[in-house]
Amino acid sequence: MRRPASGRAPAALLLPATLGLAFLVLPLLGLVVRAPWATLPRRLVEPGVLTALRLSLQTASLATLLCLALGVPLAWLLARVQFPGRRLVRALVTVPLVLPPVVGGVALLLVFGRRGLLGAWLSNTFGVTLPFTTPGVVVAEAFVAMPFLVIAVEGALRGADARYEEAAATLGAGRWTSFRRVTLPLVAPGVAAGAVLCWARALGEFGATITFAGNFPGRTQTMPLAVYLALEQDLDAAIVLSLVLLAVSVTILASLRDKWIAAP
Amino acid sequence: MLDAHLVVERDRFRLDLQLRIDSGEVVALLGPNGAGKTTALRALAGLQPLSAGYIRLNGQTLADPDRRLWTPTERRSIGVVFQDYLLFPHLSALENVAFGPRSHGLPRRDARARAAGWLSRVGLAEQARARPRQLSGGQAQRVALARALAVDPALLLLDEPLAALDARTRLDTRAQLHRHLAEHPGATLLVTHDPLDALVLAERLVIIEDGCVVQEGDAATITAQPRTDYVARLVGLNLYRGRASEHTVHIGPGFTLTVADAATGEVFVAFPPAAVALHTHRPDGSPRNTWPAVVTGIQRHGDNVRVQLAGPDGIAAAADVTPAAAGALRLDPGQQVWAAVKATETRTYPA
Repeated sequence: MRRPASGRAPAALLLPATLGLAFLVLPLLGLVVRAPWATLPRRLVEPGVLTALRLSLQTASLATLLCLALGVPLAWLLARVQFPGRRLVRALVTVPLVLPPVVGGVALLLVFGRRGLLGAWLSNTFGVTLPFTTPGVVVAEAFVAMPFLVIAVEGALRGADARYEEAAATLGAGRWTSFRRVTLPLVAPGVAAGAVLCWARALGEFGATITFAGNFPGRTQTMPLAVYLALEQDLDAAIVLSLVLLAVSVTILASLRDKWIAAP
Repeated sequence: MLDAHLVVERDRFRLDLQLRIDSGEVVALLGPNGAGKTTALRALAGLQPLSAGYIRLNGQTLADPDRRLWTPTERRSIGVVFQDYLLFPHLSALENVAFGPRSHGLPRRDARARAAGWLSRVGLAEQARARPRQLSGGQAQRVALARALAVDPALLLLDEPLAALDARTRLDTRAQLHRHLAEHPGATLLVTHDPLDALVLAERLVIIEDGCVVQEGDAATITAQPRTDYVARLVGLNLYRGRASEHTVHIGPGFTLTVADAATGEVFVAFPPAAVALHTHRPDGSPRNTWPAVVTGIQRHGDNVRVQLAGPDGIAAAADVTPAAAGALRLDPGQQVWAAVKATETRTYPA
């Protein structure tokens, strides 16, 4: 019996597809296979690991909050307000997405560095210095992760029916009330998905962080930085740290599978 | 009281509509799709800017582009029932209705109490906690009405409020809507393309085509004396325009009607399709209008059969005959028949 054409895959496609899958999965498998399972529990509770993990979770969460506070209004502006140069602004927002993170770190140093454009003023006026501090880590992570949030929220806003805002206006709600009580709840799933993506990106941030904030254990050394450092001294430690990051990423992926991974 | 002159210009469309609605009065804005009904409603609500004209509500000017006056939607004393209701999907029925009072500054408890009162007035006290998607079409329509009325609007705007309902629900909902509109102390504008909704719910009809008023008046006047083909179709009459001298009206070079009312000058002649009799041969004798016509369409129409006819000079007419008569005539499209109308069945009025 012949099966329908859609069920058969020609070898010319099947072979590279299998290779592609193996290419994506094998390294992760290698990580799991090579993990020092016997000593894992002891290594997990080593002070260095816990410190790096705690710092990573804290900075990624703070960076996400910063992105939400600034990124949601920015997304609203891009989605709902007609203004000249909107296309340019949208392009600018996505620049950190394609910019090598190291370049982002250098750029941040030039602006927020002790003698940078804003850094000098911040330092003289408020006595605040960002480079090589924990807040600096948050800034670096937010810089790299914010486009994920803005794009996700803008998409959700464009998908939401703007006539609900008109209905709110006919009921006496100003634009702020209408945003707070109608628009935001309507796009809440999009905001949540954007926040999770943003958080995951912030958690894995390496280039901008090490350039702008350095690699000081307990202060600016997040998990990816710790992995990089451990790789030079103790391979097993690097594997353990990587496993932790992998576990966190997979958990996020699983929580998002319906929204982003599922085929349409 | 609403006093408005709405002028909205867009690409190739121009709406120019003079509208006055007294407090407590219900006016229906009736017209075919694309006539500008919804544009007029949106202009009154402040969702569409005016190109010219003005909007005055209870003595307060809401919009006047010449004087650069414009009150934003949220500060107009209006209530809108949208065609698809636009109930906020994340809020319960109660919270939907309380939204307006809260936005107008009422404390949460008072707003909820007022919303509960309105929900029970529309008979939905038990659905207070339901989300919009759990409501039936008729229930959602009533929640939308309660939500619009809960802010005591000076002007209530309804955009095709019954269009989304099935025939059965429509009947009940129309009757309820009629009661609530009668109780509403403010002015009401009902936008619809359904003549039945307009005739039942409104005291006065304003009919627009291509952005302009073509006829205005109460139901009796409009149904008795339509002035455009669109209105004639709505109220189910054959309508012709021609020059009258005494009892003869010249409609076209080859088409003349003898009418009961003597008149002179430009007139309309109207008669119902039921007044048109069909014959296979030219009838003779009685003082009738007769003309040869070709059958162009046959449809069921209530208990009768409606026959579309093309007469001399391409003048169209509709005739209602009984199924028995249709069978006896063996009506088929393209068939040649004779149409006859008694002069006493026609109505003539000045154009």
